[in-house]
Amino acid sequence: MTATMTETRTPAAASRTFPRPNLIRLTGVELRKMADTRAGFWLMVATALISVVVVAIQLFAADPPDQTFKNMFQSTLFPVGVLLPILGILSVTSEWTQRTALTTFALTPQRQRIASAKLLATVLLGVVSILPALGVAAIGNAVAGGMDPAAGDWSFSGTLLGYAVLFSVLNIIWGLAFGMLFMNSAVAIVLYFVVPMVWSILTQMIEGLKSVSEWLDFTVTSTPLFEDAALTGGEWARLAASIGLWVVVPGVLGLVRLLKREVS
Amino acid sequence: MISVTSLTKRYGAHTAVNDVSFECAPGTVTGFLGPNGAGKSTTMRMITGLTPPTSGTSEVAGRPYRQLPNPGREVGVLLDASAQHPGRTGREVLSLSARTQGVGSQRVDELLDLVGLAGPAAKRRVRGYSLGMRQRLGIAHAFIGDPRVLILDEPANGLDPEGIFWMRGLLRDFADRGGTVLLSSHLLREVEAVADRLVVIGGGRIVANGTKAELLAAGGVRVRALDPATLRVALERAGLAVTEGAEGALIVQAEAEQVGQVAASISAVLIELRPVDTGGLEELFLTLTAAEAKETAR
Repeated sequence: MTATMTETRTPAAASRTFPRPNLIRLTGVELRKMADTRAGFWLMVATALISVVVVAIQLFAADPPDQTFKNMFQSTLFPVGVLLPILGILSVTSEWTQRTALTTFALTPQRQRIASAKLLATVLLGVVSILPALGVAAIGNAVAGGMDPAAGDWSFSGTLLGYAVLFSVLNIIWGLAFGMLFMNSAVAIVLYFVVPMVWSILTQMIEGLKSVSEWLDFTVTSTPLFEDAALTGGEWARLAASIGLWVVVPGVLGLVRLLKREVS
Repeated sequence: MISVTSLTKRYGAHTAVNDVSFECAPGTVTGFLGPNGAGKSTTMRMITGLTPPTSGTSEVAGRPYRQLPNPGREVGVLLDASAQHPGRTGREVLSLSARTQGVGSQRVDELLDLVGLAGPAAKRRVRGYSLGMRQRLGIAHAFIGDPRVLILDEPANGLDPEGIFWMRGLLRDFADRGGTVLLSSHLLREVEAVADRLVVIGGGRIVANGTKAELLAAGGVRVRALDPATLRVALERAGLAVTEGAEGALIVQAEAEQVGQVAASISAVLIELRPVDTGGLEELFLTLTAAEAKETAR
C-alpha cells in the first residue's frame, strides 16, 4: 500500500510552490458543503416541495382572476424567504457545532477568504433558488389557465423578477449574518425567527414605535418589492435602513467574531 | 521542518503553554509527549494558526503557517478525528479537501485505499464510523495534499493494536523519505516505538527534549528539598541540567554526590536523594501523569 505513496510523492523534494486556491474554487467548495449533508439537502427539497404546495393551494382556493403567474410566483417566495436563510445560518454554524472549522481554517487560514466564499455561495444560492420558483409558478399558472379561462394571466415584469431575486438574496445573507454572529445552529435559527417577529409585534403594538417600524421592520420595508412598481427613493432608503440593522450590523459583528475566534 | 520559538498561551490567569521551543527536522519523527491537559493540543493549534499565541512564533516549511498559500499541500494536519460533520460520507470529507487544495479526485481513492476505508465504508456517513475509522479518515485527510510535514494530535487514539502498528509503519516510511512528523500522545509506550526525538511537556512547559536514545538512557538523580526553587537555582548555577518532577522533586543529570555537594554549599535541607532507577524519561513521565491525576481528583 505504501508503495503507491512512494511513487506518487517525495516529501523531501526541493522547494515546491503551490498556488493559493482562488475564490471561485473556495466558493464552489462552500456551495457543495451546503448541499452534501442531509440537513442541507432536505432543506432544499423542502423549499421546492412547499413551493409546489403553495401553488397548488392557490389553484383551489384563489379566485380565478387572482390565479396569475405573478401571484403564484410571489407566493413561492414565501418558502424561499423562510427556509433558505436556514441554509445560510447552517453554512457558518455547522463549522462550529460540528467543529469542521478545525479543517476549514487549517486549509484556508485566511478566514476572511472563507467568509467571502460563504457570502458568494449564499448569494449564488439566493439567485438560483428563484429558478425552481419560476418553474413551479409557470406550471401552476398553465394548469390554472387550462381549468378556467378567467385565470392564467402571464403578465410579468423584469422589475418584479429583479426584486424577487433581491428579496431572496437579502434573506439568505441575513441568515448568514446571524450564523456568523451567534455561531451556534440552534441559537441562530431561533433568534433569526423570534427576534424580528417580536420586533414586528412590538413596533406594531406600541404607538410611539410605529414610525420606527416603517424604517426598521424588514417585513414592512420589503413590502414594496412585491408591488408592480419601481421603488421610490424613500422606499429604497427605508429598505436600506432595515437591512443595515438586521443584516449589515450582525454581519460585521459576526465577521469580527469569525476572524478572531479561537478554533478548538 | 517545524520550528517553534517561545510559544506562550495564556487564558486569563491560567498559562496553558509557557515558553515552549523545539524543532522538528526533516527525516525525523518527533513524539510530543505529555499528560492530558499539558498543553500539547494548544501548542499544535498555535503552530497551525488556529489559536493565536499570546507571544512567541512558529514556522512550518519555512513560514508562519498562516502565510502558507496552500497549507494542505505542505502540511498534513490531524488535530481531532471527531471534528467532522457526521452527515458527510468519508469520501465526501476527503473530496472537499482535495477540491479546496486543487488535488485530483484519484488521490481520494488512493488514500481511501491506503487507510483501508475503500469500498462501502467510504460511502457511509461519518456518524456511523467508529473512532478508529475516524482516525483512519483523519490520517487519509492529512495525507491528501501530498505534504512534506505532518502534524498529528493523538492519532493512535481509538486505533486497535494492528492499526497502531500500521500507522507507525506509515509514519516511519514517511519520515525515512525525508518527511517531518510531529505526533503527540499521552502514552510514552505509544510513541517510543516510532519516534526519533521526544519533546515532553508538563504543565505547559517543556520538561525534556532530546533524542529518544538520550532521554531513555539518561538516569540522573531525583532530589527533593524543603526549598526546591533555591536548590534548583543553585544546581543550575553549578552547570547541572535540572528538570522538574512531581511533588517538587527535581530530576538532575548528575551523580548523587555532585547534587549533595551543591545542596551542602547552600545548606539546603534534602528530604530525598536517590538515583532514578528506571529510564529517567519514564520516571519523569510518570511523575507528570501522577501530578495530573492528583489535579483531576481534587
